[in-house]
Amino acid sequence: MPTAASATQGRPRTSVARGRVSRSPSLVFVAILAVLTAAAVNLPLVYLFLRAAQQGVSGYASVVFSTSTARLTVRTLGLVFGVVATATPLAVTLAWVVTRTDLPGRRFWAATAALPLVFPSYVAALTFVASFGPRGYLQRLLEDFGIERLPDFAYGFSGALLVLTLYTYPYIFLLTVAGLRSLDATTEEASRSLGCGRWRTFFSAVLPQLLPAMAPGALLVTLYTLADFGAVSIVRYNTFTMAIYNAYQALFDRSIAASLATVLVVLTASFIVLEIWFLSHLRPARLGASRPARAIPLGKWRGPVMAGVAGLSLINVWVPVAVLLSWSVRGLGRGSSVAEAGWSALNSLGVALPTAVLAVALSLPIAVWAVRVASIPARVTQALSFAGYALPGLVVGLALVFVTLRLIPVLYQSLTILTAAYVIRFLPEAISASRSSLATLAPTFEEAAKALGGSPWRVFRTVTLPLIKPGLLAGSGLVFLTTMKELPATLILRPTGFDTLATVIWSAASEGIYSRAALPAICLLAVSFFPVYLLIIRPSLRESPS
Amino acid sequence: MRYWLQWSTVAIVVTAVLAGACTQPADEDDLASQPLVVYSGRNEALIGQLLKRFERHTGLQVKVRYASTSELVATLLEEGKATPADVFISQDAAALGALVAAGRLKPLRQELLSRVEPRFRAPGGEWIGISGRARCLVYAPERIGADELPTSLDELGDARFRGRFGVAPANGSFQAHMAVYRTVRGADALGRLLAAMVANEPGRYAKNSAIVEAVSAGEIDFGVVNHYYLWRAKEENPSVSAENFFLTEGEASSFINLAGAGALSDRPDAARLITFLLSDDAQAYFAAETFEYPLVPGIEPSVELTPLAEIDTPDVDYGAVSAALSATLSDIVDSGLLR
Repeated sequence: MPTAASATQGRPRTSVARGRVSRSPSLVFVAILAVLTAAAVNLPLVYLFLRAAQQGVSGYASVVFSTSTARLTVRTLGLVFGVVATATPLAVTLAWVVTRTDLPGRRFWAATAALPLVFPSYVAALTFVASFGPRGYLQRLLEDFGIERLPDFAYGFSGALLVLTLYTYPYIFLLTVAGLRSLDATTEEASRSLGCGRWRTFFSAVLPQLLPAMAPGALLVTLYTLADFGAVSIVRYNTFTMAIYNAYQALFDRSIAASLATVLVVLTASFIVLEIWFLSHLRPARLGASRPARAIPLGKWRGPVMAGVAGLSLINVWVPVAVLLSWSVRGLGRGSSVAEAGWSALNSLGVALPTAVLAVALSLPIAVWAVRVASIPARVTQALSFAGYALPGLVVGLALVFVTLRLIPVLYQSLTILTAAYVIRFLPEAISASRSSLATLAPTFEEAAKALGGSPWRVFRTVTLPLIKPGLLAGSGLVFLTTMKELPATLILRPTGFDTLATVIWSAASEGIYSRAALPAICLLAVSFFPVYLLIIRPSLRESPS
Repeated sequence: MRYWLQWSTVAIVVTAVLAGACTQPADEDDLASQPLVVYSGRNEALIGQLLKRFERHTGLQVKVRYASTSELVATLLEEGKATPADVFISQDAAALGALVAAGRLKPLRQELLSRVEPRFRAPGGEWIGISGRARCLVYAPERIGADELPTSLDELGDARFRGRFGVAPANGSFQAHMAVYRTVRGADALGRLLAAMVANEPGRYAKNSAIVEAVSAGEIDFGVVNHYYLWRAKEENPSVSAENFFLTEGEASSFINLAGAGALSDRPDAARLITFLLSDDAQAYFAAETFEYPLVPGIEPSVELTPLAEIDTPDVDYGAVSAALSATLSDIVDSGLLR
């Protein structure tokens, strides 16, 4: 998680973070690297506008300013607001329960609550529909009680809302947990001693201080929902990504699809800007817990709270895993190939690991420049580097087909270009991690080291890097995870015959052969679990040093 | 030490740029030893074995790129003449029509084209159908008699069928069928059909296979599907109790969609693969393994199907169908059928 690990370090977030750094040759070099990276990740955006421009102003306007586009915008925004509005209270409640109460097994429940992170949304939606659909497993269990058919909540808006909420709240949850742990308990105690009840204390003293931790999480949930194709296509809720995909499918007309995608870009960009504006208007939290807050005894609520936490994990972790395992067993009896799953797991790892390292490495110049200099060009460069997040995977894929064949045809359909596509798509995750780690690190350390005669590179390597390492590892964990799950750009750009776990799952599931999709899906969850647990979940849950 | 990172980065970037700039396309001499590249919009489960059989027969190496038909068409259009693909296997005919319109397919030889009836190939000979999929109804005989079923699409709006049938509005075959209907009967007629369907509150399913399951499970009495899903469901689970029914009345009520193939390069092996897909052997494979209609006369379907010759298909050009898909999709969305 971007800010989680750095926030747990409990260092004061001060305005000193923006330093008075002199214009050294190294900084110029950093700026050049940052600008080159930002320019490279914006190639797909350039392509997109070129394609959209192909149909001329009136053609473009007729697509963008139409009632169907307006309706899509409403539907997409409705889903985004719905998901954020349900995921946030859910995540904050969970975070509060696992950090501030005496719930037995808190650490276990905290880890379980973060687990949905490893589920790709298409796998989540498939198992959700299979379990809770009108005639899913739940209905079959209830059949003896005379229930012939469950209400149709698993599809449409309610289905999309449920699936996306249940599988994206961990983004807010982990950041809020880290926020709660590093929060100074004295404010709360003051509020209590002044006679405020628990609820009032929470809403007036705790929640406002948590907003800086929650906002980036809410942004991630927003961007995830805007870009999601897997879940909305399975539960059949028409959003922008669906419409863009349908435009390719039904029209084979790339300019109409591109025009629709530009609207999505604008929507995404507005949310990114909104978050930046929101964060800059917040009072910084008093971080650096002087001592951990006392655990609140749950008393008679212990049973219901435990049941709630366990019930949630049953719905979004254990039932899906059980469904996948039972499908896998059926699949093994029908020629599901362990070797195929094994090879594709290796392929997935083989591209996801370098992507994670590369994305974090490329994010550093951008983050260093933006945090330490914070000039207008530095901030613009950083904002532009988020381009990949606003683009559907299909568009990034097609853009790289176009660019590669014209500039470097020898690399077409190579792992190099596939990795480049992943970096373009997921660089923002690495940037936010690097940025927030750097921002919480007071430049005084670096200045002291420089004063002692260290070269800029040596200072970075021996002072800065070790201090921001946990944040960078969390960023690489997030990039690794999303790369493992990526499907649309992989299908378009992979070398011919190169299967990843995601493509194998797609191949079987698109023909409805779920028994053969299950084994690779289990592998995907298992392979993602370890790095995600070690790099993201565990550091976020670790008690802050007090 | 001080600058090594900087300089090595510069060196890597410069090398990469030079490497890109100096690279020439591979020599064309050793083309024969190059693998044949196939883009397949048809799922590996439905064609993989057949392509392996072709490799064994010919000793050629075939590299297959699987993705959905629409993604591959978008990729092919983006690649233009630089495409590495030699053959495109499409899951539906409209996609092939889009490639013809972009001038991307090489004409096939007449003796190959003449393996199938003219209605199953491109008018200009740029592609050829390899297997057929008929639109029909699947129904549960214990709940609705064959004589009570609608005989045309237009009857789907009848009040007696309210809530009793299912459709898959997001499915490509459904959309292609509606595009044919629109081409033959006109936009207004399609609008009326869709509105009547919506008013009758059909069950909406993600795919054809879900409709067959729903009919078998008693959720609905009948649904509009492709014919072969019933047979696949029966293969998975012999207790499936449902039957197919072909609509015989009303123009464009029935329709045969095609999986087809076209050549993207002039390489003779490309034509050789397509010829293989139309061989008696391969056609029998489609009949036995995927329960589709073989298109070559004389090869019989493996299960009891209404003969192709008896299915009345509207006389439309698949190119026109692909042109109508765009408007059709907006009609479907506007009707509210696709929520």
